[in-house]
Amino acid sequence: MTTPVLQARGLVKKYGHVTALDGADFDLMPGEVLAVIGDNGAGKTSLIKALTGALQPDSGEILLDGKPVRFRDPLDARRHGIETVYQDLAVAASLDIATNMFLGRELRKPGILGRVFRMLDKKRMREESAKHMAELKIGLRSLTQPVESLSGGQRQGVAVARAVAWATNVVVMDEPTAALGVKESGQVLDLIRQVRDRGTPVVLISHNMPHVFEIADRVHIQRLGRRVAEIVPGDHSMAEVVAIMTGAIQMSEGKSVVTDKDAAEAIGLS
Amino acid sequence: MEASLPRRLISTPVAGPLAALLLACLYFGLNTDQFFTGTNFSLIIQQVMVVGTLAIGQTLIILTAGIDLANGAIMAFGGIVMTKLAVESGLPALLAVAAGLVVCAGFGLVNGLLVTRISLPPFIVTLGMLNVAFALTHIYSGEQTVTDLPPLLTFLGQTFQVGQTNVTYGSLLTILLFLLFAYLLGSTAWGRHVYALGNNPEVARLTGIRTRRLTVGVYTLAGFVYGIAALLLVSRTGVGDPQAGQTDNLDSITAVVLGGTSLFGGRGMVLGTLVGALIVGVFRNGLQLMGVPSIYQTLITGILVILAVAVDQLSRRRTR
Repeated sequence: MTTPVLQARGLVKKYGHVTALDGADFDLMPGEVLAVIGDNGAGKTSLIKALTGALQPDSGEILLDGKPVRFRDPLDARRHGIETVYQDLAVAASLDIATNMFLGRELRKPGILGRVFRMLDKKRMREESAKHMAELKIGLRSLTQPVESLSGGQRQGVAVARAVAWATNVVVMDEPTAALGVKESGQVLDLIRQVRDRGTPVVLISHNMPHVFEIADRVHIQRLGRRVAEIVPGDHSMAEVVAIMTGAIQMSEGKSVVTDKDAAEAIGLS
Repeated sequence: MEASLPRRLISTPVAGPLAALLLACLYFGLNTDQFFTGTNFSLIIQQVMVVGTLAIGQTLIILTAGIDLANGAIMAFGGIVMTKLAVESGLPALLAVAAGLVVCAGFGLVNGLLVTRISLPPFIVTLGMLNVAFALTHIYSGEQTVTDLPPLLTFLGQTFQVGQTNVTYGSLLTILLFLLFAYLLGSTAWGRHVYALGNNPEVARLTGIRTRRLTVGVYTLAGFVYGIAALLLVSRTGVGDPQAGQTDNLDSITAVVLGGTSLFGGRGMVLGTLVGALIVGVFRNGLQLMGVPSIYQTLITGILVILAVAVDQLSRRRTR
């Protein structure tokens, strides 16, 4: 059996009386797009934050390529090759595309200019950014224009390109299409496919069922702080997935069992 | 891929202020005889060098979306420390200057720590520090002006000849400081991080920038620059004056804003601040040469500031 790229076992996170994660498991297999879905308060965000170093779980363990790891902060997770595209916090608006691509990882000029005078190698950063953008077929007029002059989809493209450029293990995307129109969403979904086809697995957090069914290889369903099901989109209908998400039906040994008859009927499953 | 040079010049935030400066120079040049002389330009730079240097530190802080109301008071205290230690405590002049620089940097450090560790708004922290520094200046000086300064403290007020014109070493130092910080902000990773921080601190943090350390560093460095402004002030006036610099905090903000830097952080250039300081200097000087009463100079400066912020706001709205 193949080893999951990123794995979590029994993650627990409590905030006072509130339990955000209640023994959550997680498995991301090589080369797949895994969608993480769940109702508000199901613990999606906490799970993702724990996996990307943005919060420390109280107990449980995280394994990267089968080896236990501990991320102190987001930077630590990034050093382990896990890149995250945050929903509203992806790019610095007034800085240009190349600068954003290399923010926090700037390249300096070789020799004395770089070592002593700390001079940035803007040309090389632009060239490498252009290369990365071209690989993902993101067409932009100029890499020196500030990110704020781009459309929402293009901005997301820059954020995705940056994540892909640095991710050696995993790309995590938090609601990448939430703020976008139909056409732009389509572009971002194409990007996700390209990332997967290059061999980097993608974790996609989304509320948008059609997008999830269009692009995910597998779906992780989170409910009440733990994983209640892992399904393949083709095997289940959207209504069924929603029912699992809301607790109307439960998965038991691969079969769905109706637990709340009224609720199941209300969404047309019975 | 590269935009053409003229287009890049127009798209920089300094283009507007620079055009305003050149127009003002043209206007005063055509309306007075003395304006377009080397001596007059040298005078303008001397008049703006103290506020200009303060405004370098102010630019750094405003780029991080902060503000510093205390810089004039910190400078005044630094000036008193330098002069009193050198004249009354008999410390070697060089050590006295170093002590003044350290004290000013220390004020910046405390501001930075209060802003980051206790998450107080920069406006409140520096408003408090304005009063603290002002009071300390008066307590330490005993309301007395310090005179008979050793030569090192007035060295920057000395002049050298460029052609027919006398230029002070202080003017030269000010220009060099502006160029240094333009380089640091424009061509180093540190500069990029300052802009990113001002854009959105959370984005910067998630990118792996140590935002708290960066903020404390910016305030401390700004404090150090205020120390240099203190030395410029002392060398220009030739005394340690506890009353000095009381409106310089607002004048430095004026220079930053006129230079096209956004008060919301993350947008602007330090060379714009030089242009902004020169705009104020040129208007004061030109109106004086034309015999306009000085109160009208203040009036016009006020209108210019409001115009500059309005332009900033409108251009931001357009890009949204």
